[in-house]
Amino acid sequence: MRVLMLLLQKELKQISRDPSIFRILFIMPMVQLLILPLAADYEIKNINLGVVDHDHSEYSRKLTNKLISSGYFKLKDYNTSFKSALHSVELDKTDLIVEIPSQFERKLVTENESTLFVAVNAINGIKAGLGSAYIQSIISDYNQEIRLQWLGHPSFNPQPTIEISSSDWYNPHMNYKVFMVPGILVMLVTMIGSSFAANNIVREKEMGTIEQINVSPIKKFQFILGKLIPFWLLAMVVLTIGMFIARIVYNIIPLGSYFTIYLFASIYLLAILGLGLLLSTYAQTQQQSMLVSFFITMIFNLLSGLYTPIESMPVWAQIITKFNPVSYFIEVMRMVMLKGSGIHDIRYHILALLGFTTLFNTWAILNYRKRSG
Amino acid sequence: MAEVVVEHIKKTYKIKKETFTALSDISFSVDAGEIFGIIGPDGAGKTSLFRILTTLLLADSGKATVMGLDVVKQYKEIRRSIGYMPGKFSLYSDLTVQENLEFFATIFNTTIEANYGLVKDIYSQIEPFKKRKSGQLSGGMKQKLALSCALIHKPTVLFLDEPTTGVDAVSRKELWEMLHRLKRDGITILISTPYMDEAGLCDRVALFQKGRILSINTPKGIIKNYAYPLWAVKAVEMYQLMNAILKEPSVESCYLFGQYTHVAFKNRGGEQAILEDIIKRGTYTQVEYHPIEANIEDCFMSLMKD
Repeated sequence: MRVLMLLLQKELKQISRDPSIFRILFIMPMVQLLILPLAADYEIKNINLGVVDHDHSEYSRKLTNKLISSGYFKLKDYNTSFKSALHSVELDKTDLIVEIPSQFERKLVTENESTLFVAVNAINGIKAGLGSAYIQSIISDYNQEIRLQWLGHPSFNPQPTIEISSSDWYNPHMNYKVFMVPGILVMLVTMIGSSFAANNIVREKEMGTIEQINVSPIKKFQFILGKLIPFWLLAMVVLTIGMFIARIVYNIIPLGSYFTIYLFASIYLLAILGLGLLLSTYAQTQQQSMLVSFFITMIFNLLSGLYTPIESMPVWAQIITKFNPVSYFIEVMRMVMLKGSGIHDIRYHILALLGFTTLFNTWAILNYRKRSG
Repeated sequence: MAEVVVEHIKKTYKIKKETFTALSDISFSVDAGEIFGIIGPDGAGKTSLFRILTTLLLADSGKATVMGLDVVKQYKEIRRSIGYMPGKFSLYSDLTVQENLEFFATIFNTTIEANYGLVKDIYSQIEPFKKRKSGQLSGGMKQKLALSCALIHKPTVLFLDEPTTGVDAVSRKELWEMLHRLKRDGITILISTPYMDEAGLCDRVALFQKGRILSINTPKGIIKNYAYPLWAVKAVEMYQLMNAILKEPSVESCYLFGQYTHVAFKNRGGEQAILEDIIKRGTYTQVEYHPIEANIEDCFMSLMKD
């Protein structure tokens, strides 16, 4: 205990004397938290629309107006031929073309049906998917309107229609920031946890100071705890700053309790710090440990469900996410902050994280050798 | 009583696919209260030997004990009572002088005050700078601090890996004076150095070369075992003179030593006549020659040839 206190004292002194640690630990996360959630916008507005109207009828004009007034589309191009419309897609002026055939109105009135052609630029997959979904729902809405207009008396409606109206739970205004901020917070805590402690140990290797520690009676677990605890504390401080920013700047107040978040975060950090320690036992230089931890955290973050929903990944990738501690934390953060889940709801997440903690730390302690072969 | 015993220690490193022998079958023993010098050029295996004895490295085969404790099985006990000063400065450069010393004292469950007497001579020289970060000290002061840290827990055996490399002449002299004082306190000291002239300051030395021990003896004993009559020769046309001497069949070896050339003859008797004969045959100016006593470096040169 006395030795551990001494090591902690030494570590905190060193951290407090390193101005770059403070800069990296506090300023960078704040900047990221202030910029990323505002920039990483999933809602797609301002899709540039190109219209090719061969009909020039009242119906085609109505359709065009309806598309534009939806707010999602901006009419950027009005062409007479599909070819020239396609050209403006090639020039990136428009993202989506709606071609209205000639005699659109006439066919609709006389034959009760007509065709429309929609072409989407799919280079940006998300934009294309959302754009075509929007346009489809607008067109089906338009279709509905025409029908109602013709039928006149709804009591004689031969074809009963089911109208779907949805209400969004947990995030009623579909505010993506509410969804992104907790995730980005997790990403930051992960980056700090996995690379700082690892770098610190490797630095002792590089400086040769670890030799002096190794010839002393300090025990393995004392040394490792002496490294874990300070960085655990630092990451907790960063998490607190992040929550504070989330509350002040984005007005995100967790529905669940802060206690649940901190409880889970403290276990999560033990796992991530353990991973960092494990890396440090293999790395010989700071560059090695930096690169490897960068690589691993990048994969963890991309496979965490922060940017792409896990449910939309292929099955094999979903299995990989089961071995990704970051995905658990992001899920828990969203559950607690948005749904107000309690400890009971996240008990399996806690168990999984305890598993990671045991695995990484045991492996690290076993692999950390005070002597070489 | 033997404080450090090394028996048939072997250590090889694999670098890519080549095997490099750092230590091949090393055996020696060091008595309690002795200053034992391990002398050899870079790459002789000095640091590997120290790392094995300080329980940081496992030997491939062989057995070693420190204070009667096995370096493999009883490493915990050994770590408690040895002091090790690695060749590279390895203290916390972002902690101050005093913080470093306190840290190492506390690790070993002691305080600076308790063993102040032991480090006083050394530490008092750097004490005026105790609030300075150790990374900002000069080379000599760093060595003094490192030695203080290695001594602060009153070790029984002290391992110093090249403590004088890169240190100025005055600091070197001071360090050796300190080592002799520590010896009087009963501390056994193993010291490695690439400088032959420091051999004379040890009680006994082991001459190392490419992982092998060439000779273990007192510095005087090593010199006494030197078999060849030795002369120092000097002239303005040194290079031509050396070439002429090397052609002489009765010359064992000939090498530059400072401003003189040392010439070792195979047999005793008639050396002066041979030298005079060589000098007469050429045109040399300001020629000087006189018989000399061998020093450790001469012994090392001749042992290396064997």
